[in-house]
Amino acid sequence: MEVKANKYIFSKGVDTFFSDVYKAYSFTTRFFKEAFVAPFHFKEIIHQSFEIGLKSLGLITVTGFIVGIVFTKQSRPSLEDFGASSWLPSLIGIAIVRALGPLVTALICAGKVGSSIGAELGSMKVTEQIDAMEVSAINPFKYLVVTRVIASTLMVPLLSLYCSFVGLIGSYVNVHAEENTTLAIFYKNAFSTLTFIDIFSSLAKAIVYGFTIGIIGCYKGFNATQGTRGVGKAANQAVVLSMFLIFLEEVIIVQVANWIRNF
Amino acid sequence: MMEQIIDQEVSTETPVISIHGLYKSFGELDVLKGVDFTVMKGENIAVLGKSGSGKSVLIKIIAGLLKADKGSVNVLGQEVELLNAKELDALRLRIGFSFQSSALYDSMNIYQNLAFPLTMNNKKLNAQQVTQAVEEALDAVGLLNKINQMPADLSGGQRKRIGIARTLILKPEIMLYDEPTSGLDPNTSSEINLLIQDVQKKYNTSAVVITHDLTCAKQTCNQVAILLDGQFLKMGPFDEVFKSTDPQIQSFYNYNFINH
Ligand SMILES: Nc1ncnc2c1ncn2[C@@H]1O[C@H](COP(=O)(O)OP(=O)(O)OP(=O)(O)O)[C@@H](O)[C@H]1O
Ligand SMILES: [Mg+2]
Repeated sequence: MEVKANKYIFSKGVDTFFSDVYKAYSFTTRFFKEAFVAPFHFKEIIHQSFEIGLKSLGLITVTGFIVGIVFTKQSRPSLEDFGASSWLPSLIGIAIVRALGPLVTALICAGKVGSSIGAELGSMKVTEQIDAMEVSAINPFKYLVVTRVIASTLMVPLLSLYCSFVGLIGSYVNVHAEENTTLAIFYKNAFSTLTFIDIFSSLAKAIVYGFTIGIIGCYKGFNATQGTRGVGKAANQAVVLSMFLIFLEEVIIVQVANWIRNF
Repeated sequence: MMEQIIDQEVSTETPVISIHGLYKSFGELDVLKGVDFTVMKGENIAVLGKSGSGKSVLIKIIAGLLKADKGSVNVLGQEVELLNAKELDALRLRIGFSFQSSALYDSMNIYQNLAFPLTMNNKKLNAQQVTQAVEEALDAVGLLNKINQMPADLSGGQRKRIGIARTLILKPEIMLYDEPTSGLDPNTSSEINLLIQDVQKKYNTSAVVITHDLTCAKQTCNQVAILLDGQFLKMGPFDEVFKSTDPQIQSFYNYNFINH
């Protein structure tokens, strides 16, 4: 038996980290390679989109509404101190459409959608259902991963628009209680300072978040090991990792959008 | 020349699986260490071996689910390692794989479990043809009445049979059974054994049956092969192999027929 000294290039932790990054990277490139080549499973994409949309709709409605109310309630005193409470709607418009809508949606979907994709694919992996697809000449990556990633990339932006809309309604409820504005005027004021770039970057963010949630959930599920314990682990890691990446992407995209704005 | 051609057509002496010098390890764990293995057409071979000896790994390599580190794996005349994705898929349609855990799709009912591989591989079939094929395969395993149930509602033995039906629907030439009787009571086990024999007669398959269960090996196979320490220790007809006085083979035999 040869002695295997120096098994790791740096140390176990560092090596696994880099090999994980590399694996996630090749998983992602595989997505782009397979997503644009037939066969396309349109039916499954629609099915998954419904699943994702319906799964998070209720929670997003409630959360978006509450965020709208609370954010308005909290912002009012400081604006009043400056005698600037008439700016409230436009401040809220910017805050909700630019930042809160996409972020709240992404975090909720990371929790609900990411964990359920991770758990579902994870359990398919450890019970050999993915192998079973493969041996019957069905490409599981295409059927399971590509469809889910496309569905979440499509649905998170839609949900994020919806979340912003509901958030503004929540905000209006609070505004209406304090002063007499109509919903139409409120919306007009809220959108008065929003530019095309705001809406565009907000959608772009949501698309990136949706992709992240889908790909991380699938990656963790697809690579689950160690039986049922691995399923829980996959679901959990899918949520943690995608939330972390969402915050990271938020910072980057905000920087880039600011840069474009000042260009 | 002439003689050879005639020979191939007539005899059953064509290997459907032929493996030479196969090595496979996972990290530091060497699982298969130079396996040679041949299955002739029409033959059923039982692969016996302790838990963890690499039996499942062996048939996963045959089906191209795992890659060999070294050695040649030839299935139905094709080198598995050299196939591209499309060719591998074409080969896989000719192999039926019955999983140790049955591996039924939890989210689909029994009908959908069987229809899925069929419709995904043959988009031209109409609904009636699919239903007919599904019913035929379910009938072959005697579970036509479960067609609308979910996998979770079935017993372990029923799940195994549905798993077999799901592979039969693609009309395979080779069947790979991973522990078809493990975890089943003796009655259910013997039902599965009969099913394996039926499948061979009806679908004219060759088979590799992985098992710990000597009754299963004896009833379903004409050859047994014993995997030990990453190599085949012995291969041949059941009685011949177990005539051996090799203590390892004897202990395997005694464990099955005396201690149980
Ligand atoms: N994908 C894998 N990654 C790492 N190790 C693996 C993998 N698959 C199998 N092994 C290891 O290879 C060894 C052989 O596994 P295998 O599943 O072939 O055993 P087996 O003979 O089928 O046992 P059993 O009768 O319990 O099913 C085991 O030690 C297992 O831990
Ligand atoms: Mg096994």
